[in-house]
Amino acid sequence: MPSTVGSDHAVQSSTERIQRFGRVPRLVHRTTGWLMALCLGTAACLYFGPLAEFVGRRLLVVAVHEFSGILLPVPVLLGLLSPDFRAELKRLNRFAKYDAEWLRLALRRRPGRQAGKFNAGQKLYASWIAGAVPVMLFTGLLMWFGGLLPWIPRSSAIFVHDWLALAIAVVIIGHIRMAYRDPLARQGMRTGYVRKDWARKEHPRWIDPD
Amino acid sequence: MRENEGKPIGRRVLLSMLGLGAAGIAAAPALQGGWQKLLDADPVGVTGLLPNSGGFRYFSVTASVPVKNETNYQLTVDGLVDRPRTFTLADLAALPQRRVVHDVQCTDGWKVENAAFTGVPLSTLLDTVGVKKEGKAIRFTCFDGLYTESLTLEQARRPDVMAALKLQDQPLTHERGGPVRLYVAPMYFYKSAKWLSGITVTDRVQQGYWEDYGYAVDGWL
Repeated sequence: MPSTVGSDHAVQSSTERIQRFGRVPRLVHRTTGWLMALCLGTAACLYFGPLAEFVGRRLLVVAVHEFSGILLPVPVLLGLLSPDFRAELKRLNRFAKYDAEWLRLALRRRPGRQAGKFNAGQKLYASWIAGAVPVMLFTGLLMWFGGLLPWIPRSSAIFVHDWLALAIAVVIIGHIRMAYRDPLARQGMRTGYVRKDWARKEHPRWIDPD
Repeated sequence: MRENEGKPIGRRVLLSMLGLGAAGIAAAPALQGGWQKLLDADPVGVTGLLPNSGGFRYFSVTASVPVKNETNYQLTVDGLVDRPRTFTLADLAALPQRRVVHDVQCTDGWKVENAAFTGVPLSTLLDTVGVKKEGKAIRFTCFDGLYTESLTLEQARRPDVMAALKLQDQPLTHERGGPVRLYVAPMYFYKSAKWLSGITVTDRVQQGYWEDYGYAVDGWL
């Protein structure tokens, strides 16, 4: 019965899955996500008057903030031991011609953008946050251990820490919003597998490199 | 693996962020001054969410702090004194007041310029109760039930150290440590204990809450 064969085929193609992320990248993403949530959550309780009044317990909140901050880069650094994870970083690092085109079209909110396993937006986000976290770590440690580098005024470290924290919060909210709007993409990070038709639509150059 | 071809833009973005961070630290004093000017020029107060816009920031070491007012506030002055005494808010307001204008500076880097605190000089309170010969220092306690501070008697008798009742000529609010807080103008703001409820004269300095966590006992600015 051709008609059923046809419908079988249709069903199959929409549920056919391919592996998008191995176990290590997913674990790194998840632990980093939780640490970042702790870090930002405690930061908010230290920073905003009403929240600070509501929560109080400054010493405990500071301790959680400091330790989640210190641990933040650890999952990524451990991930470097895995060839699988290093391969993902390599993909995030390199920008192909179609990535520049992707950014141009994205700025004009135009469809039909070409992307490999990661689109240009994801590559930019990953590299930006990877640069921002060490700066936060450095300025945070300067605040924590006042006498570390006496020639850097504490207020300068705090200034950078405050403003960059604000920028990170905005960017992360954007990151979460993108994920929230695409359940199929979230599935990829949660289970490791994605629907092939989704991958073909969102990351055509990953499925067919040519 | 065509994905591994192309320019290493990711690495460049990462390194640029590190460079920006260093530049930010270098330029911070200038940027901060400009930012403060902008905030001062804008009476609307752009938004409380931006760094250092409100001036004061709220710090509390306990989960919650009871709110006290003229009906239930009490300040006890005791220890090595001749006439231990408890003052109500009205008692304190009836004593001679002094107004001190000074910059407030927190160890966490925020600063409020020209804050005007008004209150009873500690020396007045100490003279009222009479300090015994062996009294050498003071321990301050607070009605949050946890925070403590200390001063030597010499420091406490300075003219710019007071039990403050007003800030910018308005009654001190709960968030700012009201109805009565300690104000030690020449020291970092952690020395100016909020929600002051007890002044005990002791024979030696007993360090306070933050000093137990490594803060300087004499937090001179």
